[in-house]
Amino acid sequence: MTRPILEVDALERRFDVSAPWLNRLLEGKPRRTLRAVDGVDFDILPGQTLALVGESGCGKSTIAKLVTGLHAPSDGKIRFNGDPTKMQMIFQDPFASLNPRWRVGRIVAEPLRTLFPETTDVQAEARVGELLKTVGLSPADAAKYPHEFSGGQRQRISIARALAGEPEFLVCDEPTSALDVSVQAQVLNLMKRLQRDMGLTYLFISHDLSVVRHMADVIAVMYLGRIAEIQPTADLFANPLHPYTRMLLDTIPDLEAPKRDRAPMGGEVPSPVSPPSGCTFHPRCPLAFDRCKRELPKRTPDVHDRRVACFAAAEGKTDV
Amino acid sequence: MTQPVLDVQGLRVEFPTRHGTLTAVDDISLTIGRGEILGVVGESGAGKSMTGMAILGLLEPPGRIAAGKILLSGDRIDTLTEQQLQAVRGRRIGAIFQDPLTSLNPLFKVGDQLVETIRLHTPMTRAQARARAIELMQEVGIPAVEERIDNYPHQFSGGMRQRIVIALALCAEPELIIADEPTTALDVSIQAQITALLKRLCRERGTAVMLVTHDMGVIAETADRVAVMYAGRLAELGTVENVVRRPQHPYTVGLMGSIPSLRRDETELQMIPGAMPRLNSIPPGCAFNPRCAQAGPKCSRDIPRIHGEGAACWLALEGATA
Ligand SMILES: Nc1ncnc2c1ncn2[C@@H]1O[C@H](COP(=O)(O)OP(=O)(O)OP(=O)(O)O)[C@@H](O)[C@H]1O
Ligand SMILES: Nc1ncnc2c1ncn2[C@@H]1O[C@H](COP(=O)(O)OP(=O)(O)OP(=O)(O)O)[C@@H](O)[C@H]1O
Ligand code: SF4
Ligand code: SF4
Ligand SMILES: [Mg+2]
Ligand SMILES: [Mg+2]
Repeated sequence: MTRPILEVDALERRFDVSAPWLNRLLEGKPRRTLRAVDGVDFDILPGQTLALVGESGCGKSTIAKLVTGLHAPSDGKIRFNGDPTKMQMIFQDPFASLNPRWRVGRIVAEPLRTLFPETTDVQAEARVGELLKTVGLSPADAAKYPHEFSGGQRQRISIARALAGEPEFLVCDEPTSALDVSVQAQVLNLMKRLQRDMGLTYLFISHDLSVVRHMADVIAVMYLGRIAEIQPTADLFANPLHPYTRMLLDTIPDLEAPKRDRAPMGGEVPSPVSPPSGCTFHPRCPLAFDRCKRELPKRTPDVHDRRVACFAAAEGKTDV
Repeated sequence: MTQPVLDVQGLRVEFPTRHGTLTAVDDISLTIGRGEILGVVGESGAGKSMTGMAILGLLEPPGRIAAGKILLSGDRIDTLTEQQLQAVRGRRIGAIFQDPLTSLNPLFKVGDQLVETIRLHTPMTRAQARARAIELMQEVGIPAVEERIDNYPHQFSGGMRQRIVIALALCAEPELIIADEPTTALDVSIQAQITALLKRLCRERGTAVMLVTHDMGVIAETADRVAVMYAGRLAELGTVENVVRRPQHPYTVGLMGSIPSLRRDETELQMIPGAMPRLNSIPPGCAFNPRCAQAGPKCSRDIPRIHGEGAACWLALEGATA
């Protein structure tokens, strides 16, 4: 069996969100901890795309930062079985992530300069030109500044920069969320082509299930810092196991089969500072029963091959 | 035909600049009837918000209405003074923006903000207005209203805040609501709740709604008709059925094709090559012509226009003669 390139095991990240010390003292408030990532595990095989999907605040970006080392885990393990210098990240905001005072050539060449300091100026220039062509821009664009480009073009520059370090693993945090759909299509097609041509592995983060369906081999659906369900893409769409996944699939507007008289699912994502007891989805779950309020459902080998963390699904109940 | 609630005729919005005049909205005509939701879609910079702001009389100078008419239930509102407009806004037209915090004052309790707005537009007493505020908050689905009415905006979640903004927009029972990306910042589950709420209010009260969004899925499930904008102009206008299922304009066709499917497997998404032109470099003729695979000689000469339902494309307007 192929060895995963990334193995994440019981990963936790807690943030201290207490009021300042003096306020706590005066108002008698306790320390408060937010569990942004709370016991997450997954593997990614080389050349594949694993997507993290879920609503705002469920911990997607925190996982991206843990994997790339921008945050340290509070607990658990991350094992990267590749060359750590070959991991790059692409961010959501193509406007904020490029230095506005640098020319595009310098921006794209930066990883080249740090990772391969022996590169000569002539070599760097040639490589930058090549990279710009790879992402559908022109070598002449190297002389321009980021503000001269549209959002989609800036995201291509970010991708060219990420590719300069000859990565094998890319962490992409909402790479197209700030873009229009027609521009998104250009960027997603480019990312798929690069994956095919260069054998890249992606940890791909998005809140858009249709984007994730298009990009991912495996999808992990997150809720309040945990993985509710993880399945190969086709299985997830054909046979969603977790009530939250089914709720998501039921609520996203579907162009091909619009549900004009839908009764939307009630409730909201609870605060991660004081999550509900037991299964944190229980206040919104149509299948919840007593046990769900007391106990935390785990993904265990005997339940659908560790695909889902839900007591009802474990008993084969999946119909709402 | 019954009189539409909103009737926009040949609207043109210009921004004079040092390098010449930019046309952000170019000859837009559309109507919205009682109880109807008109979706307005298009990519960033297409002029969706400018159209809404022009109707609300909220264009920021130097932006100005350079041509056209805006009628609200038959009354011209584009020629009103700022003072007259203020009376129309809030009372006859409600506005909902993407960020609920732009419509809420962080320093005041939400209940007080509702009471103030109600009293501004109706002759109610404070006590009556408070009772009405409670009713409205219940109507938009705030749980435990009596407990929450004296909370401040920051004590609510994003979805709850947007509900309160909708309640604010409803205070004076307006004829028209302009909702500019009301759910873009919200999670899908909340987004569905808010659009369902808009739909219900529209049906129950007969309010006309202009729903600006770039999300075709939301349009497909919410709007009755849809206007597709491109580079400040109308590309296509029609029923949701027609525009989503049988788009006529090559841009709309491309736009629909570029959305990843929830049902079909696609190895490649359809792409529209290039990007929408900036306002200072809109090509002559059809603004879409440099990106259009079907463009003919006429397309780079004459601007195709529509002033009702249809597609602003020479192929659709004249058959295959472009
Ligand atoms: N540095 C931090 N300090 C305190 N809390 C944090 C910090 N970073 C993230 N959080 C909290 O951790 C939780 C997870 O945040 P994260 O950014 O990972 O969510 P996300 O899934 O990426 O959401 P979004 O879709 O909005 O980007 C949130 O409740 C967030 O407020
Ligand atoms: N003060 C201004 N001066 C000149 N041009 C402006 C000004 N304000 C806006 N514009 C331009 O007007 C055009 C239309 O903008 P508008 O805000 O209506 O776009 P939109 O369709 O709402 O886009 P989005 O989806 O990004 O909200 C844009 O090209 C914008 O750059
Ligand atoms: S464990 Fe219980 S509450 Fe949680 S998703 Fe399953 S049925 Fe619902
Ligand atoms: S008018 Fe011409 S260029 Fe414009 S969309 Fe139609 S065919 Fe294409
Ligand atoms: Mg995030
Ligand atoms: Mg806008």
